[in-house]
Amino acid sequence: MAKQEIKLTVNGKIYHLEVAPNEILLNILRDKLFLTGSKYGCGIGECGACTILAGGRSYLSCLIPAVAADGWEITTIEGLAKGEELTPLQQAFIDEGAIQCGFCTPGMVMTATALLNENPDPDEEYIKDYLRGNHCRCTGYIAIVKAVQAAAEKQRQG
Amino acid sequence: MNTRIIPVNYNYLAPTTLAEALTVLADKPRVKILAGGTDLIVKLKTGVDIPLEYLMDIKRIEELKLPKYCQRGLFIGPLATLSQLEKDPDLQKHYPALAEALRAMAAVSVRNMATMAGNLCNASPVADTAGPAICYGAQLKLENITNHRIIKAEDFFTGPQTNVMTPQEILTEIFLPQPLANCGGAFRKKTRVKADIAKISATAVLAREGNIITHCRIAMGSIAAVPLFLGELSAGLIGQEMSPDLRREAGRKAAETIKPIDDNRTTAGYRTAIAGLLVEEVLAAAWQRAGGEL
Ligand SMILES: Cc1cc2nc3c(=O)[nH]c(=O)nc-3n(C[C@H](O)[C@H](O)[C@H](O)COP(=O)(O)OP(=O)(O)OC[C@H]3O[C@@H](n4cnc5c(N)ncnc54)[C@H](O)[C@@H]3O)c2cc1C
Ligand code: FES
Ligand code: FES
Repeated sequence: MAKQEIKLTVNGKIYHLEVAPNEILLNILRDKLFLTGSKYGCGIGECGACTILAGGRSYLSCLIPAVAADGWEITTIEGLAKGEELTPLQQAFIDEGAIQCGFCTPGMVMTATALLNENPDPDEEYIKDYLRGNHCRCTGYIAIVKAVQAAAEKQRQG
Repeated sequence: MNTRIIPVNYNYLAPTTLAEALTVLADKPRVKILAGGTDLIVKLKTGVDIPLEYLMDIKRIEELKLPKYCQRGLFIGPLATLSQLEKDPDLQKHYPALAEALRAMAAVSVRNMATMAGNLCNASPVADTAGPAICYGAQLKLENITNHRIIKAEDFFTGPQTNVMTPQEILTEIFLPQPLANCGGAFRKKTRVKADIAKISATAVLAREGNIITHCRIAMGSIAAVPLFLGELSAGLIGQEMSPDLRREAGRKAAETIKPIDDNRTTAGYRTAIAGLLVEEVLAAAWQRAGGEL
């Protein structure tokens, strides 16, 4: 069960890491790189709290052995903003009150970012369906859907 | 249960060619194949007892990747993800029941990771792509270091979480033959909430000449130890004229054939009560897609 060296690019920064074959990517991000934005909710693919992006698509970091991500270029919630400047989607989550405790928010924002990459003009049904794997236990989904719609609108206007 | 970690140790291998992967399977004991991991990693985290000395990640094997459509049909590589397949225009056009099953599975991040081959190899009686695979006459290519064999989807499953594969084999191709003319297919599943594992599912693929059924395959999920091909019922419908009575009778027979159990998602009673209606529904939808009138 020898450790293996892997290379990860996370939010543009390159890391060379020694990981055991059974270590989970989410734990590497949180415990080794101290990027604690990605959350552990269920650990079994049900809640979306651990969602990250690779190649613009969303993946669940709780189900990925870190060794299997060798060579990946990953974006976590920490990598979206440019310094203090939030993405339109992040700003919309604040403006629409789409955050309460905030636990689901990083996963929600990452999945919604992938959504807008795929479809810049989504309708309500599309948003609800796309976010169906991200669970929120407090805000409720209405404000979240509104935030995605507002961000889409803003992006379209440039 | 601590689902933060994988509580077992193993060695990790990531071959880049099929030949290399088949050699590993031939030479080493207790190798488990990792594709998207959406079944396997969940099982390892939740303590399912899986003999495991080597985890072999096949995702770096380029030759196993893409879906490819030709005159004979659709070849699906075992690494094609559910998302890639769902968006494939040839698949949507020619195999609508499979497209429906893919759309109804999990949510986007799982679908970006999960593969259809993994869904079949995991061999759960609820596997959503199993019914469409059976009804479209899918042929599964199983390869080991020296040989390959082709198994029909309906002969692949042997029990809950078991199939005909030997530990030395890889599923290297799922082949869906070109559908017949005037053919239609439909898939439906019942869930507790949207995007859930099926309490029960049904698939039908039909072809017709006028009002006469010329080809028919029906399968159901979550109602027996394996995804079930209702072969006798399907054969009995061929040559008959489509009608509401015929669909009702087919539904009644389907409900008699299945062997459902109670589990954490629903009861055997519910499954039996709803099975007939679901079969009626997929037959009607498939018939309409074949251009037939109801
Ligand atoms: C939140 C969530 C929701 C889900 N919802 C659904 C749903 O709605 N419907 C449904 O049917 N399933 C669902 N699943 C189950 C799962 O996502 C699917 O079964 C998926 O298709 C499995 O594919 P995979 O590539 O992730 O398989 P893996 O987990 O990588 O592998 C599954 C099994 O197949 C074997 N295997 C994989 N590929 C091969 C190959 N080429 N040759 C030989 N053996 C192989 C592995 O060794 C393992 O035993 C869900 C899972 C999660 C976590
Ligand atoms: S923690 Fe990954 S999906 Fe819940
Ligand atoms: S804001 Fe609390 S879980 Fe969504």
